[in-house]
Amino acid sequence: MGALIWSEVRTERGAFYMLLLISICCVGGKCEMQESKPSPPTNFLTVKPFQNEMNEPQAFPEEERPSLPVFTMDYPRIQVPFEFTLWVLLASFAKIGFHIYHKITIWIPESCLLIAIGLIVGGIMHSVKEEPPAVLSSNVFFLYMLPPIVLESGYFMPTRPFFENIGTVLWYSVVGTLWNSIGIGLSLYAICQFEVFGLQDINLQENLLFASIISAVDPVAVLNVFEDIGVNEQIHIVIFGEGLFNDAVTVALYSIFSFVTDMSLVESTDVFLGVARFVVVGVGGVSFGMLFGFVAAFTTRFTHNTRQIEPLFIFMYSYLAYLVAELFGLSSVLAIITCAITMKFYVEENVSQRSCTTIRHVIKMLATVSETLIFFFLGVVTITSDHEWNWAYIMFTLLFAFIWRVIGILVLTQIINPFRTIQFTFKDQFGLSYGGLRGAICFALVFTLPNHINRRNLFVTASIAIIIFTVLVQGISIRPIVEYINIRRTNKDLNTINVEVHNRVMEHIVSGIEDLCGQWSHFYWKDKFKKFNDRILRRILLRDNRAESSIVSLYKKLELQTAIGLLDTPLGDLSAAPSIVSLHDERKEASRSKKKFLAADVRKMHDILSKNMYKIRQKTMAYTNKYNLPENNPAREILIRRHASIRRSLRAESFREQPALNIPKSQKYFSLQPGGDLESAFHLRRRSHGGGQLDRLSDRLQASGVSPRSSYRSEVSMRRLNTIKESGSTGEKPVAPGLDVLDERGPGSLKASSLRGRKGPVPAPRRHSSNREADVEPADSEGEGEETVRPPQLPPPRGWVPDNQDLNGNGAGNPLLRHTSQGSRGSGT
Amino acid sequence: MGALQSLPGQHEYIDLAEKTGFSCEQIGVLHKRFKQLSHNEETLRRDHFNEIPDLACNPIRSQIIGAFFDRRNFRLNEEGTVEEISFEEFLVVMSHFRPPSLHMTEEQRESVRREKLRFLFNMHDTNNDGTITLEEYRHVVEELLSRSGALGKDTAKSIADAAMLEVASISVGHMEPDEFYEGITFEHFLKLLNGFEIESRMNIRFSNMDTTTLCK
Repeated sequence: MGALIWSEVRTERGAFYMLLLISICCVGGKCEMQESKPSPPTNFLTVKPFQNEMNEPQAFPEEERPSLPVFTMDYPRIQVPFEFTLWVLLASFAKIGFHIYHKITIWIPESCLLIAIGLIVGGIMHSVKEEPPAVLSSNVFFLYMLPPIVLESGYFMPTRPFFENIGTVLWYSVVGTLWNSIGIGLSLYAICQFEVFGLQDINLQENLLFASIISAVDPVAVLNVFEDIGVNEQIHIVIFGEGLFNDAVTVALYSIFSFVTDMSLVESTDVFLGVARFVVVGVGGVSFGMLFGFVAAFTTRFTHNTRQIEPLFIFMYSYLAYLVAELFGLSSVLAIITCAITMKFYVEENVSQRSCTTIRHVIKMLATVSETLIFFFLGVVTITSDHEWNWAYIMFTLLFAFIWRVIGILVLTQIINPFRTIQFTFKDQFGLSYGGLRGAICFALVFTLPNHINRRNLFVTASIAIIIFTVLVQGISIRPIVEYINIRRTNKDLNTINVEVHNRVMEHIVSGIEDLCGQWSHFYWKDKFKKFNDRILRRILLRDNRAESSIVSLYKKLELQTAIGLLDTPLGDLSAAPSIVSLHDERKEASRSKKKFLAADVRKMHDILSKNMYKIRQKTMAYTNKYNLPENNPAREILIRRHASIRRSLRAESFREQPALNIPKSQKYFSLQPGGDLESAFHLRRRSHGGGQLDRLSDRLQASGVSPRSSYRSEVSMRRLNTIKESGSTGEKPVAPGLDVLDERGPGSLKASSLRGRKGPVPAPRRHSSNREADVEPADSEGEGEETVRPPQLPPPRGWVPDNQDLNGNGAGNPLLRHTSQGSRGSGT
Repeated sequence: MGALQSLPGQHEYIDLAEKTGFSCEQIGVLHKRFKQLSHNEETLRRDHFNEIPDLACNPIRSQIIGAFFDRRNFRLNEEGTVEEISFEEFLVVMSHFRPPSLHMTEEQRESVRREKLRFLFNMHDTNNDGTITLEEYRHVVEELLSRSGALGKDTAKSIADAAMLEVASISVGHMEPDEFYEGITFEHFLKLLNGFEIESRMNIRFSNMDTTTLCK
């Protein structure tokens, strides 16, 4: 316990949780211990002895008539689920603990921490002579713990980069894994021939079997690191895909080799059979996956009346794919991956938004739990299992694993590079080879080794050693190293709108040029598939098939479905009272985003940009941080849309209130106004938006006369705006618009003020100011609050004093605004 | 191979290859495509581009097509637009999209980068006055979002405005209140897209094999 506390103290609250948890665990463990001692042979279902023990207290000594027991306890009955729950809880609390103190997980990968905690818990269990839970039998692992992890990887696989790099991914994962297995196996076999090491009893087949176990890389930790530092997309996807597919390869290899180890003599035909089996296993897995994927997609076509069970289909079908593939001895990992990839897009279009969220969350949750548990148990088992330590074998294993990985990557990259558009540099290759951590699969496979292998314990020890070594040493050091050698990075932190815009421009240009020169490298097949998809698959699998880009249609549907719901949410006060107040706030938010580029706002913009573009070659943002759901939250998008339309409608409303206006537009309520109306409306809008000054410019250019500004808050323009276009605005602005504004504004402002004291005045000044100047100035003052420079310059319009105060208030309200703009300026210089 | 013989002789390809950096095979493939697009004429006109079905759904189609008829992209220090382009010009414009080679010095990389950015800049700067004005920028964003209906139109302006503001703040830094940011110059443009790895994005893998028969 002391050790525990000591190690946990690094996070204060984390420590608390830990302690709590551990104490719970200990209690649980103790119960278990007391119970299980009497009946050593089997942990479970040894109901008898306990029954007696347990019942004794209740069953009163010499009762003839058994009275109703007031208090009973039947632990064995709940033992398995109870302990399971405790384990999961413990692991989950551990995760909470890590994330309370962020710096830890930045520098030390979570898997390391989990292993460390596992070691501690294992130590405790060992000291109290507790058996580790029977989670690590091959069945439990392969039937319950692996599927969620793989499903998660498959489901959240960034599709576009994956298919762009599929050749490389497969190359590395299949050939690379074979290379590693055979290379390591042969080298180790060579080592075993030295008598000094005392390893002669390990034959070639066993070495190969062991090598196939440890050749699977499991780059969870690396992926997280890469994602954090925004390593370029190619490396990321290659590592990701490699980790995913070599699970499949490894499992297949493992089954082949474990069969081979039973054979006394291996003949050449067996080799061919092995290759054939390898192919059959892979192809079979893929086809079962696709089959179930399509069936799942097809099923969700009919679930619109039973929304509550929609998510279930996804899980059941993927699991079914997994189990069926397992049944036929095919690659179940491939099956579930393919199933997930296949059904994902169709399913997400068919199911409701909520179901979609549920699916994603549950997949993430299950995977996280599984993975946490695995690493956790890795720690526990390290302590509690029997080991056979052989320095030579283990050291050479480590060495060969590393060497073969490096050589493999170097050689394979030389071969694949000529086929790649963006070739891997040596730095990239280093990143790839150093990212070869071993993990869960390796750990699980080694525990499924049959008992008759004579050096099984040595293999277990060596596997654990290599896992712990790679996870701890490489996992911790990869971040500094990658940062140091400065691997080509993608600018993931798109903190400027311009970059995002040009990103999009670039995608379109490139795809356009490719169309032009008629060369679809890999886009060609994508294009073919897309046609096939549109013509046939989508018709069959989707309930409402629209020919348009999937994203757009999805969002249309989502908007319909959630519009009503959204109106009830807090944001719904927009609808409840289309109050200028809320509008004001919202507008302010909008304008602020322009000026401040708050991360959130920028992201919002990115969303808009990304979601609304023509997306045939779409960029999947769904990156695969193991533990987080991807950020692109459709709800936000909907909100934005909703806001936009409400804003628009409000504007329309305000127009209606002042029918005398010169605007003869037929504004519609909730949607965009067609044609010319649009133009004028946009005018207004533009002005109203943060970009106000700029707009003014444009206004000047285009006859601005018409625009009465409905945009009260648009005025909240930035001070930067002022800076941008001061002179222009002052001189030449046609007075007319201002006047119009004034007139119209009257009612609006009144309304505003009545609705909300503070905000009310803000719009008002704007309106009253009859001339351009006035128009400009209030905006500025609003935006900047008490900006000293501006106000003096303003010719304070009549009756403004209160307004100014108001403005101050506003400024105080969003001090950020000012700061940021200044900050950005400063940085700009 | 037979097809290649009917095309201009190899020595012409070699000249073109030196000029544009394409390999002869690539030029052959591109030439074939050129013929296909131009219906075996010597020059390409805008109509030909407009006929490409795959391009039809590209939101910035007009800009892309425009780039091919823009003398600034012909690397001849000329200005203005042309009505039809020959194969050589077609190739020169295409050569902006050559992927960077693996081994490049920093200066080479920088010049490639500059060149590609210049292409992009010219695409935005429609009136060729050396600056991208707000109007022009807005046009770009609008086109970009033109496929998304009302929302796109609506937000395009605000996004363009915001982007422009951003440019102003990045490139000019502190501005006096009476200053007016008239547009993005190329220098600013370079600065703006500093972190944008255009050299690894704006490229196409020109194939050596003839795939044109596969696609219409």
